[in-house]
Amino acid sequence: MTADSEDRRDFLYLTGAAFGAVGVACAVAPMINSLNPAKDTLALASTEVDISAIPVGESKTVMWRGKPVFIKHRTAEEIAEARKVNVDVLPDKQSDEDRVEKPEWLVVVGICTHLGCVPVGQKTSDAHGDYDGWFCPCHGSHYDTSARIRKGPAPKNLAVPPYEFISDTVIRIG
Amino acid sequence: MGSSERTVFENPVVEWIDSRLPVFTMMQKEYGVFPTPKNFNYLWNFGAIAMFMLVTMIVTGIVLAMHYTADVTQSFDAVERIMRDVNGGWLLRYMHSNGGSFFFIAVYIHIFRGMYYGSYKQPRELLWILGVVIFILMMATAFIGYVLPWGQMSLWGATVITNLFSAIPLVGDSIVTLLWGGFSVDNPTLTRFFALHYLLPFVIFAVVFLHIWALHVTGSNNPLGLEPKTEKDTLPFHPYYTMKDSFGVVVFLLLYAYVVFFAPNMLGHPDNYIPANSLVTPAHIVPEWYFLPFYAMLRAITFDIGIPFTDIVIISAKLGGVITMFGSLLLWLVLPWLDTHPLRSARFRPLYKKLLILLVLDFIFLGYVGSQAADATLLGIPLSVFGLIATGLYFAYFIVILPWLSKNEKGRELPASIHEAVLAKNKK
Ligand code: HEM
Ligand code: FES
Repeated sequence: MTADSEDRRDFLYLTGAAFGAVGVACAVAPMINSLNPAKDTLALASTEVDISAIPVGESKTVMWRGKPVFIKHRTAEEIAEARKVNVDVLPDKQSDEDRVEKPEWLVVVGICTHLGCVPVGQKTSDAHGDYDGWFCPCHGSHYDTSARIRKGPAPKNLAVPPYEFISDTVIRIG
Repeated sequence: MGSSERTVFENPVVEWIDSRLPVFTMMQKEYGVFPTPKNFNYLWNFGAIAMFMLVTMIVTGIVLAMHYTADVTQSFDAVERIMRDVNGGWLLRYMHSNGGSFFFIAVYIHIFRGMYYGSYKQPRELLWILGVVIFILMMATAFIGYVLPWGQMSLWGATVITNLFSAIPLVGDSIVTLLWGGFSVDNPTLTRFFALHYLLPFVIFAVVFLHIWALHVTGSNNPLGLEPKTEKDTLPFHPYYTMKDSFGVVVFLLLYAYVVFFAPNMLGHPDNYIPANSLVTPAHIVPEWYFLPFYAMLRAITFDIGIPFTDIVIISAKLGGVITMFGSLLLWLVLPWLDTHPLRSARFRPLYKKLLILLVLDFIFLGYVGSQAADATLLGIPLSVFGLIATGLYFAYFIVILPWLSKNEKGRELPASIHEAVLAKNKK
């Protein structure tokens, strides 16, 4: 064989292998994609909640996308406590104003941002941690009255889900 | 595999088959006359024991699967039905759940044997690496299996462990959603875990095959760490080691049967008899005992690593924990290149021997740390401090001590051959 035809052969091998690799990737992609959330799972992605029955100082837990969502009817003291904090000292800097639509209603996903446990603090008799909000017993994360992380291994504040007030007493989450 | 020399068999049926597909020749060569060092001690039984456990897990698992349903509304009840109504179902389930534990006991001892006698050293590096791959696959399989009964520990263990992947920068959250097939550990997660739990043991089986293939290329190591030189150093595998292995398996079975019949829930966690509830996290999440040292390393990193005096975090505590945990296993993969000391067996390396035993104690202590609540204390000091120190020692052993010993440890004089060492011992 001449050097020239060897070059051509190498080229054929390489293009053949490249096409094969791309082909395999294309074949695998739909299988991996099928593992992503299915349409019915996504369809459960919004829920409406009547909040009129939640007294001041208490909260309610509802399910949204298979996760608990905490809806807290905050007292004036709790709001004041959340707002007097200097945002710069927080691990995940966010003002209370940025986390609520209406100051008396705090709506957050009740999943610890560390490794996903459900923090306690929904019942008035529960532990509330060192900052009067929620406490995650799994590895000891403390959240304040705005559900912001204050102490412990969790890196972020409890997430605020997308939600809107449809009326004064009903919110739609998702 | 095909064209090498064939044994001639007297039995015409065997001969007919063997001349077309030489499986009998292969068995004869690999398990009949296979030359095996004659100085094995009982630590060499644990490979056969692990193989026995793998088969036990597959057989009991397949029968359990015939009664099991993967569905969040039905799984817990399906397992309870296996326990109460299926004929002998309790036995199958207890054999399977405790079988996981005994499989890990066997494999941990098997790995320790490899470390103590330097079985990972040249030319057995790939054999060792395949072993570590088997161990990692076993961990995945057992973790996924524990989710199937869908109790509280199933759900929350799965939640905590899958959430680890969210620590990966940029793509972490998408990976977790992909693993879950939703927005939390839920029905799509359970069904895919069942499919994988069925599949992975067969993948393990295939890797075990490669592991043993590699073993039969290099031959076994032995307590002296010397390569056999003449026929005097070895014995045919059958009947010598088929007998010894069978004896070991029976003794191991006695212990296993004791636990299955008399203490079947000793190694489990009572919370897993509470149906999964996504609104309530158990106060104290613990994984199965065989994961505890690794779980402790995961939790050891409780601080962010960043640029000092700024808020810039390079590695968050969460990511740091994940890297530490996976790193602790990756170290095993590169062990042949961390310990390059020319002597294999710890028998001839007094310093190495002592330090390896310290590593084992450190590992067991990590297991204790992993079993305790995150805010536990010991002697008034937070346990997490001890966890961090023990993790540090574990890494130091592999990254600092082993390379240092490889250069500096003198070691004892080796006997001339296995045969001579055995004779000398018998004379005493
Ligand atoms: C490497 C081998 C295997 C390991 C380490 C393993 C481990 C486990 C573990 C730890 C559990 C949880 C037991 C409990 O707490 O109830 C489990 C459950 C289960 N496994 Fe496996 N398994 C293996 C092989 C298999 C195979 C081959 C099958 C066949 C399909 C299987 C089917 C099942 C089923 C149906 C369950 C749920 C029933 C139950 O919880 O008892 N397993 N497995
Ligand atoms: S999951 Fe909440 S502190 Fe770890």
